[in-house]
Amino acid sequence: MTRDERIARLKQEINERVLVLDGAMGTMIQGYKLTEADFRGERFKDHPVDLKGDNELVSLVRPDILRDIHLAYYRAGADFAETNTFSATTIAQADYHLESVAYEMNVESARIARQAADIAESETPGRVCYVAGVLGPTNRTASISPKVSDPGFRNISFDQLRDAYKEATRGLIEGGADTILVETIFDTLNAKAALFAVDEVFEEVGFELPVMISGTITDMSGRLLSGQTPEAFWNSVSHVKPLSIGLNCALGAKEMRAHIDTLARVSDVRVSAHPNAGLPNEMGEYDESPEHMSHLVGEFATSGLVNIVGGCCGTTPAHIHAIAEAVKGVKPRTPPAVEPRLRLSGLEAFTAP
Amino acid sequence: MTNASANFINVGERTNVTGSAKFKKLIVEGRFDEALAVARQQVDNGAQIIDINMDEGMLDSEQAMVTFLNLIAAEPDIARVPVMIDSSKWSIIEAGLKCVQGKAIVNSISLKEGEDAFLEHARKIRRYGAAAVVMAFDEDGQADTAARKFAICERSYNLLVDKVGFPPEDIIFDPNIFAVATGIEEHNNYGIEFIDATKRIKQCLPYAHVSGGVSNISFSFRGNEPVREAMHSVFLYHAIQAGMDMGIVNAGQLAIYDEIEPELRTRVEDVILNRRPDATERLLEIAERYKGEAGKKKEEDLSWRELPVKERLTHALVKGINAFIEEDTEAARKEAVRPLDVIEGPLMDGMNVVGDLFGSGKMFLPQVVKSARVMKQAVAYLMPFMEEEKRLTGATQKEAAAKILMATVKGDVHDIGKNIVGVVLQCNNFEVIDLGVMVPAQKILEVARAEKVDVIGLSGLITPSLDEMCHVAAEMEREGFDIPLMIGGATTSRIHTAVKVHPNYRRGQAIYVTDASRAVGVVSNLISETSKDKYIADVRDEYAKMAAAHANARSSRDRQTLDAARAHKLKIDWSGYSPKKPSFLGTRVLEDYPLEKLVPFIDWTPFFATWELTGHYPQILKDDKMGDAAQSLFDDAQEMLAQMVSEKWLKASAVIGFWPANQIGTDDIELYTDDSRKERLTVLHSLRQQMARGTSDRANMALADFIAPKEAGIADYIGGFAVTSGHGEEEVAKRFEEKNDDYKAILSKALADRLAEAFAEHLHARVRREFWGYAADEQLSNEEMIAEKYQGIRPAPGYPAQPDHTEKRTLFDLLDAEKAAGIKLTESFAMWPGAAVSGLYFSHPQAEYFGVGRIERDQVKDYAARKGMTLAECERWLAPILNYTPGSDEAAA
Repeated sequence: MTRDERIARLKQEINERVLVLDGAMGTMIQGYKLTEADFRGERFKDHPVDLKGDNELVSLVRPDILRDIHLAYYRAGADFAETNTFSATTIAQADYHLESVAYEMNVESARIARQAADIAESETPGRVCYVAGVLGPTNRTASISPKVSDPGFRNISFDQLRDAYKEATRGLIEGGADTILVETIFDTLNAKAALFAVDEVFEEVGFELPVMISGTITDMSGRLLSGQTPEAFWNSVSHVKPLSIGLNCALGAKEMRAHIDTLARVSDVRVSAHPNAGLPNEMGEYDESPEHMSHLVGEFATSGLVNIVGGCCGTTPAHIHAIAEAVKGVKPRTPPAVEPRLRLSGLEAFTAP
Repeated sequence: MTNASANFINVGERTNVTGSAKFKKLIVEGRFDEALAVARQQVDNGAQIIDINMDEGMLDSEQAMVTFLNLIAAEPDIARVPVMIDSSKWSIIEAGLKCVQGKAIVNSISLKEGEDAFLEHARKIRRYGAAAVVMAFDEDGQADTAARKFAICERSYNLLVDKVGFPPEDIIFDPNIFAVATGIEEHNNYGIEFIDATKRIKQCLPYAHVSGGVSNISFSFRGNEPVREAMHSVFLYHAIQAGMDMGIVNAGQLAIYDEIEPELRTRVEDVILNRRPDATERLLEIAERYKGEAGKKKEEDLSWRELPVKERLTHALVKGINAFIEEDTEAARKEAVRPLDVIEGPLMDGMNVVGDLFGSGKMFLPQVVKSARVMKQAVAYLMPFMEEEKRLTGATQKEAAAKILMATVKGDVHDIGKNIVGVVLQCNNFEVIDLGVMVPAQKILEVARAEKVDVIGLSGLITPSLDEMCHVAAEMEREGFDIPLMIGGATTSRIHTAVKVHPNYRRGQAIYVTDASRAVGVVSNLISETSKDKYIADVRDEYAKMAAAHANARSSRDRQTLDAARAHKLKIDWSGYSPKKPSFLGTRVLEDYPLEKLVPFIDWTPFFATWELTGHYPQILKDDKMGDAAQSLFDDAQEMLAQMVSEKWLKASAVIGFWPANQIGTDDIELYTDDSRKERLTVLHSLRQQMARGTSDRANMALADFIAPKEAGIADYIGGFAVTSGHGEEEVAKRFEEKNDDYKAILSKALADRLAEAFAEHLHARVRREFWGYAADEQLSNEEMIAEKYQGIRPAPGYPAQPDHTEKRTLFDLLDAEKAAGIKLTESFAMWPGAAVSGLYFSHPQAEYFGVGRIERDQVKDYAARKGMTLAECERWLAPILNYTPGSDEAAA
């Protein structure tokens, strides 16, 4: 099946059922208890700085681990694998002095996910497994100053972000991603730079992939870190006409629900939710059980709020399996027709009367 | 601001170096803190968007734009509104776009440098995710005539929409506001040219907005702020009526159109509208007089003014006289130790008198609302003194008895009843947080939680609001609320609250409130430590009994199958009947309809009902108990109505249409594009009565019965209409609210509603006599007309003969009502403005009003299939009339 055929199938399937994203990647990699030597492998054995913890590097040094994790999620019932590229940008890799391999990380990560998808497809004839090419937030914010005393200062610009995201996007497309997923958005301006870059790359390559967008409500204020409400956030990114808009990370399903409800009401595209396995406990661990979480996320689906569900921090294939079971046969949300009106935003949404 | 339509968007102009010398100085000198204060002040004064312009030769404008936008991003009270990035240089615009996380507006692009640059910039703007102001400027320069302004805008619109895929709602035209009264004759018509261009843009370029830099108009009166403000206000008054819906203004500094001294207003109007050749000279003649002056009116003295201050206050409260309230409050304050003593002493004593009179039926709602106005104004006067005292002593104010959140639910725009309840509660020392209309559940709960309210009150008028209330109740349950939920409004009922709302909110209690006079009693019970539990238990008990009785009653409500009902349709003998052909086919717009023609058609009985004075007009004026209150209300209404009409507070618009039509498939009506009846235009659906008729031979009617069936081969017709008298309604009400005059605010809305109904009645008469002309020689008195003693009917979707609100969409599309008459539909199919009426026209002599009543699953399934809706969707819209429980076992139904 070609990528075009898969995309056509995706656009059809998303009308028919609630699709499932995979779960956490970082905690799964940690489970392998890789050492500094493992992270370096043969290729980076003389690298000048420590590499342990650079999860994106696993795509280059231990592709077997990554393939197994993707496969475990597909087998658990995920329709999408999210590529291991959360921090695979020149900006985020600068911490490890690995800017030079950021592009390669994107290509390889997408390729490995595709391999796992092919295996999963061969195990269940007729099934189609998708690869969502992830663009993460980077560790810098374009609309917040890192210096308390100098609110006008920025340590990253729109153009720097755009260049980094362009490179990553090209890599994801080359490696075989079916969609581009801009996720864990703390700062909408970063996301707008990513979406700008994606649009430019689409123009460059002469075709387009479906774009998925997922923001992060960082705390109980109900806003993104950069201060926007969910509706304001939607107004800021709706121009790309994405396949889906949604939220992930930071909150558990319970805390996320009201904001998903808002997005489900205001947006005329598909809605996604991949929350954490609850809020961190006193030990900083996510301990919501697969049963409990799937009950909460399943309710999103039965209440007609979502089209795509999955998990973020603390979730495992067991969580994804329970979630996939919970949404099986549930009618997906029908996006409402939204009246054409001038809809702007600052931190809050503004709709022309 | 006044008389501006509710649709007008204020863009703050003060953060513009080209327009404000002060702001320019701050930026040039790098005093960004103070520059931020200017931005903050704009937002505080009501700017919904702020325009930022750094085009100044002495500056690195690009850098200044970036710095200022980055600084704003760190100020949540400024950054909450969108920005308008304003520059004549593209590089500055682009630098600005790279700094904003929100969706901004670019100001501006134009065809000045040709199509290629225009298209390129437009594409970039799309990629950055912004809206755009487009100037009426092309390769030949800036347009100054209406024709050229429109031509450039139209060309720009087509390029943007067709070539760039720019959403039309994201296009804001600036058709150039130029200075008038400059002494140069060619400039005299600039105001009119803008207004005419605006009209054409709004008519021909769907969804696009019109904006402009308002202060340009008065440029020649620099240094004379009162005259400039008057010019801005008058210009906006007319431009907004023409459709201008956004403007760059000094938010918070606009004169109120009605309050401009009449002579000045007339002369300004002469200038703006270019009404006489000597207009400029005549304005100049009087202009000097206004420099730094504001007019005041005088009141005459009365005998009660001789009473002691405490009694004067009581008198003012009971009689609802606000002319001396500040003066008297000040006198009382001087006598009192603390300002609070005035409220707790004489003012509350006065309100207690009002409360007693109201409680014993000696005062009526309109009077109480007037009293509340006086009370509010007195308290407003005392507020600064109390703040000052608080600052000095650190003392806290007296807590209100309870906090009540009021809202008209999402999808609904009707708020007269809610406002009345709010006022009555406030009179009784409850703090009311009024979230206004169309409030989503999430917002209600958010505020309820943040403000720790004690009770939530929901209001709604149209039937879909019933469902929305159930939704709010369910959300309260899910989010763990347990505070009482009051339900009120025209379509709500005790039974609906008991059977539908209450089960969604078991943790708390939903309580139906019949009318405003009950609200105080209900709330007092709900917050009382001693009686609360018993009161709620009683309500719960009562609702349980009602629900049980309801369930029993349902099973005995016999229906017949849809097939049987159809067999029993109204059988009109079509042989030999030839329907009259209307005088025209298609639609016709009646714009700016003279309000004075509508006044005689007002049906006053419902007006009194709005104020909880039940009885027929005119007898009610002579009623033993209510007569005085009714007469006084009627007098106030007459006075306001006269003003409304003569000063054109409201604008009435209508669109009507007639189409060839025939009945198809028993229950539907097919409309054709022309009289050849070959091409289908659309289909109107109707619902059929399904009640079992037993031995009676009464037909099971549907609206389609009144139209000749296609197979009869008779050329029949149907008509449709949408009218409103509500353009301006919100501003008028708001203007009164801002003056703490809720009485007049509510009165104005109630009158607007009456005028809309009168318009529908008046227009129907004209339709019967001339537009359709099937009753050309009809002679009926107004009373006979209100009693509907004429041939033909005008049923409205959402009302008993066709309870399905979604049919309104079809009707509105047919009429193009939004564009033609400026009436919009909300997601629940409420009309906005609220003072609006729509419906269909049927001409057959046997056409009559009826109620569909409850219907069965077989009809809903059939209807859903005919409408191309899912069953669930259909059931949601028809929920109030279902004779079964959706989702319940079908076999059992």
